[in-house]
Amino acid sequence: MSAPSAPSTASASSTHSASATALRRRRAATAGFHLGAGTLAVLWLLPIALVLVTSLRSFDDIAAHGLGSWPRSFTLGNFGQAWNDGGQQRALINSLLVTVPAVLVTLALAAMAAFGLSRYDLPFRRSLLLLMLGGNLLPPQILLIPVSKLSELLGIYDTLPALVGVQIGFGVGFYVFVLHGFMRSIPPEIQQAAVVDGAGPWQIFWRIILPLTRPALAALSALSFTWIFNDLLWAITVLRSDTKMPITAALIGLQGQYVSMWNVIAAGSVIAAAPTVIVFLRFQRHFVAGLNLGAVK
Amino acid sequence: MPDTAVLTAPDREAPAPPPPRGRRNRGPRRTPPLVLAFVLVPLLAEALWVFWPALQGFYLALTSWDGVSAPTFVGLDNFREMAHDDVFLDATGHTVLWLLLFGGLSAVLGLAAALVLQQERRGVGFYRAALFLPVVFSLVATALVWQAIYQPDGVLNQLLESVGLGNLRHAWLADQDTALYAVMVPALWRQIGYVMVLYVAGLKGIDPALYEAAKVDGAGAWQRLRHVTLPQLRSVNAVVLSVIVIDSLRSFDVVWSLTRGGPYHSSELLSTYMYSTAFQSLRLGYGSALAVVIFVLAFGVICSYLVRAFREAD
Repeated sequence: MSAPSAPSTASASSTHSASATALRRRRAATAGFHLGAGTLAVLWLLPIALVLVTSLRSFDDIAAHGLGSWPRSFTLGNFGQAWNDGGQQRALINSLLVTVPAVLVTLALAAMAAFGLSRYDLPFRRSLLLLMLGGNLLPPQILLIPVSKLSELLGIYDTLPALVGVQIGFGVGFYVFVLHGFMRSIPPEIQQAAVVDGAGPWQIFWRIILPLTRPALAALSALSFTWIFNDLLWAITVLRSDTKMPITAALIGLQGQYVSMWNVIAAGSVIAAAPTVIVFLRFQRHFVAGLNLGAVK
Repeated sequence: MPDTAVLTAPDREAPAPPPPRGRRNRGPRRTPPLVLAFVLVPLLAEALWVFWPALQGFYLALTSWDGVSAPTFVGLDNFREMAHDDVFLDATGHTVLWLLLFGGLSAVLGLAAALVLQQERRGVGFYRAALFLPVVFSLVATALVWQAIYQPDGVLNQLLESVGLGNLRHAWLADQDTALYAVMVPALWRQIGYVMVLYVAGLKGIDPALYEAAKVDGAGAWQRLRHVTLPQLRSVNAVVLSVIVIDSLRSFDVVWSLTRGGPYHSSELLSTYMYSTAFQSLRLGYGSALAVVIFVLAFGVICSYLVRAFREAD
């Protein structure tokens, strides 16, 4: 071990001054990097910090010293006010009642379609795939009026199932496209071996393909959770009653109800953002992978 | 399994059939009914909520409709009306400006952030997460944050005051000259992190040997960016472009929650104008026609996206 190290020490000492300069330059570059990136990050987090701080201040403090001043009070009462009087509790429940089933059903349907389209020689499978993706790329504006009329026709206007339905219908195309790309990369031999063993399509789907698709499913669930949870446009298209609105629409309502009471509005924003931030922090890796999965395909 | 395939194939087809071109061996050729159902059920769900409404939307664009009585067919009247509708022309102008400014800035700044944060070093994960965090915020929450910043007695004005630029104080959202740009900043704040993620992934996919070769050839940092990085990012650029154009045309939440298109339509986009025309003025036919315009604008991009997707799906 010691013998090979001898020549390298010798060469190191001969170029000592050069490597010292390089080291110094590298240190300077590192410091510069952290300074630049750190400034950027602080700048980016500043608005978020502002909401957090504002949500913990009292109204009198903000009224007396302004939003931008150093906080002189601390209270958790704003959250209670937004949560109970502002109707955020109900709104958050509504959001979850829409988001969770919509994510689960969309992914289940998309996985089924992607399985059929990627593992079997269906006629027109490529056209079907592109048709489904194309539906998702349509600007939603063209669908708003007919969708609201359709939900009236089906008798589910102003109910949460209408919102779940439209989220599923509008989302499914994109997930089929992504999952199809993922499932195609699974080698056909695995499936053939299962067929030889007498497995039917359901067993192939459930026991073989789906487990292998898990990373993509995890990524897409994190992604679709935030998309559906954050949606405003579909909600205000098929819902009317305040009591049924999800958190995004309720937040706008809160703003009208507590005009310029920034402490309550900020608390409401924190409540509305918390679930997606938690999902993001918990599944950050999947989340970022999901964005790339969707885009690179 | 491969044996049976070889044995049965000549029976059905001509002797010594040429192997079908481009067909890969992907499982059985006959489709089991269950698999057919697997594809048809999601397709029907999408047809019910997307394809059928879309067709209706195109038809409604040719009608005049208040949403209560039956729609009356008016042909292209709605589109003729647009030519004289100042709000529509303004909204179109704003939408194009939004596309260029919001789209252009989020692409350039997202790429810049990705170039800075692409290298794996200590702490880079934190910086990336900081830039990326706004992506998971709802645009409504984002909008409220920025409303607090833009208030007449809000943070931005207080900041300007404290650094001696008090004469720049402004009612940022209530001023026709600044409303559109004031709305754009939060949208950018949220979009840049998203674009950055796409570019970081693209940059990681570039073969480091290319940079080594360029360095050996004496290329400086700028030349490496210009002649190695940018050409290698071409496919990511196409994705970013599609994402940006589609997002720009869809942009609704942030404008709606900040200004509702006001004051005096100065921050009106086609999407907000379409929504208020249809659901507040209850001119559903004209609103549908506006939606068709949005569709046509998006169509070019969607087409190019689909063509690319087509090639890669094969």
